[in-house]
Formats: sequence, structure tokens, C-alpha cells
Amino acid sequence: MIQGLAILSASFILGMWTGELLGTLLGIKANVGGVGFAMIFLILAKEFLTRKGWWKSEFEFGIEFWNKLYIPVVIAMAASLNVKAAISSGTLAIFAGILPVLLAFCVFHYLVKSFKAA
Amino acid sequence: MEELHKIIDKNGLIVAFILVGLLTWLTDLFSKKVLNSKIPGSALAIFLALVFGYLGGVFGNGEHGLADLGLFKGLATLGGSMFRDFAIVATAIGASFLLIRKSGLLGLISLVLGVVVFFLAGVVLAWAWGYRDAVSLCTIGAGACTYIVGPVTGGAIGASSEVIALSIGTGVVKTITVTILTPILAKKIGLNNPSAAMAFGGIMGTSSGVAAGLAATDPKLVPYGAVTATFYTGLGCLVCPSLFYLLLDWVL
Repeated sequence: MIQGLAILSASFILGMWTGELLGTLLGIKANVGGVGFAMIFLILAKEFLTRKGWWKSEFEFGIEFWNKLYIPVVIAMAASLNVKAAISSGTLAIFAGILPVLLAFCVFHYLVKSFKAA
Repeated sequence: MEELHKIIDKNGLIVAFILVGLLTWLTDLFSKKVLNSKIPGSALAIFLALVFGYLGGVFGNGEHGLADLGLFKGLATLGGSMFRDFAIVATAIGASFLLIRKSGLLGLISLVLGVVVFFLAGVVLAWAWGYRDAVSLCTIGAGACTYIVGPVTGGAIGASSEVIALSIGTGVVKTITVTILTPILAKKIGLNNPSAAMAFGGIMGTSSGVAAGLAATDPKLVPYGAVTATFYTGLGCLVCPSLFYLLLDWVL
């Protein structure tokens, strides 16, 4: 179990580091895709270990726990967002937060459609 | 009682497990018994959590919603960026690398499209609200991308703190909107497979909103949406204060 968790954690740290390095390289104060890199490292690590025959189903348990914890984390995050400030920072914040999302839903709809057709 | 207070105060994270567990238990029950599972329990729980976050803001007068009240402060730890990112990475264990690679191009197109659409729409709305200077327009447009791109851009090009606060507010409203609308609209817009989820993550961009929205729609889609969404904020921070600002300045 703990070995699986260690693989997850190592992928996480490596991914975040990559994201941070990429940010510095591009000259911006932000982590560029750290989570994405970490996910790719985790998937590759699993592929590699499975191919070598070193992957044990126990490993998965340590990672699965965090996978399942994901929704509770999101719920806690939602409860600790600054919802009040978002709503009270003026009508522009509300409109500029909602209208582009509606527009983006339309764009998404057409993008997926046209990709299916192609 | 004194002792209980001390224990709760010392073990905020553990208390948060109890709180979230209770909430999801109640919403699951409500979803099954009252709504015939038409709306997933997790969607209800996330929506209720936002309402609690608002109430917390009203009573606690802080920046962390419900987590500003003593009993609930562990929620900020459980819902903080470390646990959030760690849990998102863990969802990758259920994702297929082949599918991600197959939809890589679609993901890339959607990322670029997403940043452009949100930035432009934000700028147009800010213009309609009377802003005319490139710095403010650019910062609010960046805020329409995510609540991180907004202040990073505003800081880089020297926007006023009022405009930066507005851009953060815009980004938070966006996250909330995506969270609420995704499970409602998912079926209508064909958001039901991994490659669509990747495109969705790229277009919407707010990792928290996309991940929460997809979690409420179909947890299997979360890793695909998250893997593209995570590049959105970085891309936004890269192009908003540079390319987009220069273009905007040139147009005005």
C-alpha cells in the first residue's frame, strides 16, 4: 500500500517540479501544467512497472484511496471558496464570470461536433 | 465542553473528514430517496458546500468561506491546493495513456481556443462596463480565464488593486458557474467520453471548476478533463500579460 502511495507522491513532486521549472523557463511566476505532468508520470510509471511485472495490485490500493478522496476534497474546497466576495465584488464580476462560460459551452459543443465529423 | 473545543481546534483536518462525510451521506440519501438519483449526490454536496461557503463568508468575514469559522477551519486544509492537486493526480490511475495521446491534438486546440474565448469575452464585457484602458481591460479579461491568471496578469502590467480584486472575483464566479452548469448541461453538449472531457478541460480551464463539475457528472471523466485544464492557467499566465496585452494596447 505505502509503496503505491510513494509512487503517487514521487510522481506528484516530479510533476510539480517540472511545472515550476517550465514556469521559470518561460519567465512567469506560475506553475505550468505541474498537475498534468504529474499525471503523465504516474501513468508512465504504472505502465513501466506493469510491463516489468513489478506492479502489485496492493500498490493500486494506496493510490485508489486518494482517487476516491477526490470528491470530498472538492466539496471541502467549494466550502472554503470566497463565494461572498465573488458575489459582492460587483455586477461586472458576476457577468464576466458567467457569460463567457455560457459562450464556452457553445464553443465546446461545436468543437466536439466538428471533431466527430472529421 | 472546554476539552472538546480544544480537540476540535487541534484536529481541524480530522473534523473536516467528519463534516464532509456527513454532508455526502445526507446528500446521497436525498438524491436517492427524493430525486430518484436524477441529480448525483456529489453534485448536490458541491452545490451545498458553495452555499455554506457563502454563509461562512457572511458570518466569518474572511477569505476562506466556511473555513473562517473555528469549527470548520480544517476544510481549508482538506480543500487546499496540496490535497486538491494530489487527489487530481491520483485520478490518473484510472486514465488510459493511449486515450490521452489519441486526443492530444483536440486537447491542444481546445486549450488555445479556451484562453482566447474567455479573454475576449472578458475584455468585451469590461469594455461594456466602461473600462477603456488596456491595463484594466487586459486584467479583467485575464480574470475571466481563471482567478490566478487575473492577478498574475494585473500584477505584471501594473493594474490597480481594485481591478485586480475584480479580476479575482470574476475568476471565482467562473469556477462556481462551471461547477454548477457542467452536470446540468453535460448530456446536451455531448460531454460523455474521455476525448470530449479533454476538450472540455481545455476550453473551460478552471481546474477546480472542471474537476468539480466532471466529478458531479461522471467521476471517470475527471482525469481527462484535469490533464488539459492544468495547462490552462499556465498558458493564460504566459500569453495574457505579454501577447494579449500588446495586441490590446495596439488595437486601442
